[in-house]
Amino acid sequence: MIELLAQTGLNALYAAAYMSLVAVGLVLIFGVMGVINFAHGELFMMGAYTVVALYTDFQMPYVLVVGLAVMFVGALGIFMEWSMFRPLRDNPLGGLVASIGFLMILQAAVSMGFGVRMEHVPPVTQEVIEFSDRVRLPVQRLVVILAAVVLLAALWAFLKKTRFGWALRASAQDREAAALQGISIRQTAQIAMFIGAGLAGVAGALTAPLISVNPHMGHSVIIAAFIVIIVGGIGSLEGAVIAAVIYAFVHTFVTTFYDGVVADIVGLSLMLLVLVVKPTGLFGTADRA
Amino acid sequence: MPRSLIHVLAWPLLGVFLIALPHVLSFSQQEILAYLVFNVLLVASYRLLTLTGEWSLGHVVIMGVGAYGSALYTKHFGVPVPVSMLLGAGTAALIAMVLSYPLFRMKGFYFLIGSFAAGEIIRLLWKRYREPFGGPKGLKRIDPMPDIDIGIWSFDFFEPVSYYYFALAVVAVCLWIMWRIERSPVGLTFHAVHWQDNLAESAGVNVRAYRTLAFVIASGFAGLSGALMAHYIGTINPTSFDVEQMVFVLTWAIVGGTATFYGPILGCVVLTILNEIVLREMGFEQMRPMIYGLVMILSVLFLPKGLESIVQRLVGRKPAPGALAEPTRMEDRA
Repeated sequence: MIELLAQTGLNALYAAAYMSLVAVGLVLIFGVMGVINFAHGELFMMGAYTVVALYTDFQMPYVLVVGLAVMFVGALGIFMEWSMFRPLRDNPLGGLVASIGFLMILQAAVSMGFGVRMEHVPPVTQEVIEFSDRVRLPVQRLVVILAAVVLLAALWAFLKKTRFGWALRASAQDREAAALQGISIRQTAQIAMFIGAGLAGVAGALTAPLISVNPHMGHSVIIAAFIVIIVGGIGSLEGAVIAAVIYAFVHTFVTTFYDGVVADIVGLSLMLLVLVVKPTGLFGTADRA
Repeated sequence: MPRSLIHVLAWPLLGVFLIALPHVLSFSQQEILAYLVFNVLLVASYRLLTLTGEWSLGHVVIMGVGAYGSALYTKHFGVPVPVSMLLGAGTAALIAMVLSYPLFRMKGFYFLIGSFAAGEIIRLLWKRYREPFGGPKGLKRIDPMPDIDIGIWSFDFFEPVSYYYFALAVVAVCLWIMWRIERSPVGLTFHAVHWQDNLAESAGVNVRAYRTLAFVIASGFAGLSGALMAHYIGTINPTSFDVEQMVFVLTWAIVGGTATFYGPILGCVVLTILNEIVLREMGFEQMRPMIYGLVMILSVLFLPKGLESIVQRLVGRKPAPGALAEPTRMEDRA
């Protein structure tokens, strides 16, 4: 029993790691641009398909491929900002609808390029850390956990310590006041979009060998990410990370002891409960909401 | 031709056109036409909901409640089919009533996400419980409409044309009722709740009660649309009502525009023709979602007031009083 708990805990830790990468990106984009990016799950998918294309098919080194995935998906994010979110700045619902349209385009493009069947990504490393017979942690999962910790720490340092980070936080708090201080809203929006999309891309690229890669994989990711950002308080980066950990543990444990559908229902009910009781989320403040 | 004559002739002409239409179409196009009628009811009921300013992502699931409800009433209680449809619609309205208690504590973006969560929970319950919902495979062999003989006319409802006439009559009545509701004092209050909720509240309007009322009425009609669909195709499953279907409804409403009664209907008809007739028959099967997505993006970018704004320009009419530039003022309240 203890072994099962320990193993489930490790699985939850891994789920928390990639969920927080996705959710933090979503929150960052919402914070700076005020738009909900429905296509965020598909950016995650694009990261995974970069691995399918370059690593599985072209046999390029995995580390290089992950770097390219970040660049590629980040560039997609900048493209979204330029083509949709900037012209629709004063129309949040329009931005949301446009991102749904973009989601359908990405899904169709991938279906046409790779087919709708599940892609198999060969494991990068077969190594497994064995704590005991039944408590095992594949190294690939450890990599995801470590990458999440490093990247989120780097993001935190960037936001709190650099001038760009200050500018980003300033325009998230008050766009016009930030513009009056000489901060380029266009530039900060593009940086936020690159980082937000890039985080989704790296999460997709790192988890690609571990999950089933298919054109519709973004669906469950975006639902989980919504739950996480609502529970954490929309607009709060720290809240998103903490909520990702809470959600991942609840979801993984319920999946292990009941089943996946029940876990989804529990997660959604948790979100509904937070929305009813404290719509600003567990860590959001009233004025940010 | 004098303007008044057009007005007198418009409705009979439309009626004749809709009655004659199936006879010039192929069998598969007739089936699409029947679907189009269900969807027109769905999207028109969606607009009724958006009148108070709230955009729901759970509307298709509510439609599914009507479909599952009606199918289960015939299956387990032997209720005859047309009656079960009304019961299904009533069930959808009832579920909406229950959901309104948590959901209308939220507004704007939170309502959007909250309605999505509530809908997904219902959908996952259908998926989880084999009894009575049939699990992931859903319900099969749903009772069809019984045949009707009225004197010289006999209707066999396995024929798409017969079912189309039946659905057309039902939907026409529903649209008329919704139109009357919108023009009634209640409907005007819906507008007030949307555009001036603080003012309406200070004038003694119970804003939340009116939001709930719009939600419940819209859900009833959506449920009826689902019931019409269920007894036509005979099989429903949780995937028939997933968020992808919701995206289509949202697109119809946005592309058509929601400032007028006919806007969403126009969006639904135009996009369905584009989707089914043009794209499918031209052999762009795989590219269809991509083109659909592109149409969505282009229409929010370049036609933010929807197709209805083109019609208004052609007819030369001023937009309705409630119709302002942006589709919603979500930013004020989010």
